[in-house]
Amino acid sequence: MIKDTVKQALQDLFPDPEPVVEEPVAQEADGEEAGDSKKKAKKKEEPRANGVLERDHAKYGCDLDVQLEPGELLATVMILDKASFFLESITGVDWIKEDQLEVVYDFSRYDFEICRVVIRTRTPRSTPLVPTISKIFPGANWHERETHDFFGIKFDGHPHLVPLLLPEDADFHPLLKDFKP
Amino acid sequence: MSGPIRIQPGETFTLNVGPQHPATHGVLRVKMEMDGEYIVKAETVLGYIHRMHELMGENRPYPKVLPNLSRLDYLGAMGYTHGHVLAVERAAGIEVPERAEYIRVITVELNRVASHLFWFGAFVMDLGGFTPLMYALQDREHILDALEGITGSRLTYCYFRFGGLCNDIDDEFIARTRALIPRMRKSLKKYEALVTGNIIFRKRLEEIGPISPEMCRKYGATGPVARGSGIDFDIRKNEPYSVYPEFDFDVPVYHECDSMARYKVRMDEMEQSLRIIEQGLDKLPDGPIMPKRKPKLIKPPKGDYYQAVETARGSFGIRLVSDGTKNAYRFKLRSPTYSNMSLFDEACEGMMIMDALALMGSLDLVIPEIDR
Repeated sequence: MIKDTVKQALQDLFPDPEPVVEEPVAQEADGEEAGDSKKKAKKKEEPRANGVLERDHAKYGCDLDVQLEPGELLATVMILDKASFFLESITGVDWIKEDQLEVVYDFSRYDFEICRVVIRTRTPRSTPLVPTISKIFPGANWHERETHDFFGIKFDGHPHLVPLLLPEDADFHPLLKDFKP
Repeated sequence: MSGPIRIQPGETFTLNVGPQHPATHGVLRVKMEMDGEYIVKAETVLGYIHRMHELMGENRPYPKVLPNLSRLDYLGAMGYTHGHVLAVERAAGIEVPERAEYIRVITVELNRVASHLFWFGAFVMDLGGFTPLMYALQDREHILDALEGITGSRLTYCYFRFGGLCNDIDDEFIARTRALIPRMRKSLKKYEALVTGNIIFRKRLEEIGPISPEMCRKYGATGPVARGSGIDFDIRKNEPYSVYPEFDFDVPVYHECDSMARYKVRMDEMEQSLRIIEQGLDKLPDGPIMPKRKPKLIKPPKGDYYQAVETARGSFGIRLVSDGTKNAYRFKLRSPTYSNMSLFDEACEGMMIMDALALMGSLDLVIPEIDR
């Protein structure tokens, strides 16, 4: 129930209110040409469009999967804050092939009706910049510092973005895929 | 040299707690700005035992990461390895035999009791009472002996495998576990009589170190810290995994929000864990401990998987991003104490330093787990 209300609220953020359906890997479109498998493989590489996806909790461990532009992040997090979600973690993923860094936020609720919401946003690898959510969730402070340590992602407006887990003079980001120790 | 430094009224000084200080239970440093005995501002400094387990999870095949997980939290290692195997099993779609899951739950709960016992002893010692630590360690020793018999290690277990376990349990383990349940129950009564009602102990904890439910939510606190603030949240019940739904146990919740409430939650949790172990031994099904069909090479399909488990310290999560190869693409560890500790800076403002150390003790910190 909470899942539906949150999903509705999140979908209102996107200009296109059509719910994004998870593609069943284009099974009905086969038989067109012999080089179909090649085409399929190419299709898989396409970046995911922004929007809300509903996920199978038993398979993925989350219920809603939201991808958005960094600019929409604060509005989304505020919706989750109002719906009394708590912040589980923030992390990054380095998609070096696409030359992008992804920031992943996990939100969950203190509730028997579990609803884990994952928010992803992508930022260019050369100038990674995402707004901070530590003003809404003070607990994000450490998580953002950690993500900055490991990936070099800058959090705009963060009060104290200095290394937390790495040495205080660290100028390297070990979880970048091109990191050489 | 000139005479002693005198602090003027309204003037503050900086006090370093740690990184080598017995009250921080490891290498943790808190920079405190003090106004006499009162904390004006605190800043936690981490990273003294950071080992980059997340990178190690990415640059080697899945099975080779198994031993790493028990190096996170050396007191309650079983729960962390449980989270890891469940995450990979979820990603790779491996079925686990029921007997293996039961044994996992029994060992995880035994380890939870051991972890809480150590915390109990160390916490009371933080507050100045030395004797309970000796009793607690004695009881814990029986649990570690039982676990050592089947896992081969006393703290850093590597007992679970993807799909099951490396060893079946034997009659000796069952006999030992059966024997330690009544002994633990007796000990818990003893602790209650010795410590819980003690007037010095109560005055040090009651109404000290308040953490409001709203603060828990803003910082993402879980586990006994949240349950001591009246939040009924336990992953074992709220997001059931493994065979926990088949057990009958309660989740202790206290609404006082003080350090005493967090103490009571953990003391009650030990009793509940004993109940789970008892039921587990009674219901233990026969059968294999590893699945018949299991991929030789673990290569989860592309995707993004999350698995949360309830460890002794709170909700531990693993985010596994797989790109379809034998190594994980991203291996994120969400450690519960990291979030629990992050509220300390705000919670201890305006507190007296001795109360702040009692609050720190009640958070149940294990530093390698924060730093990873």
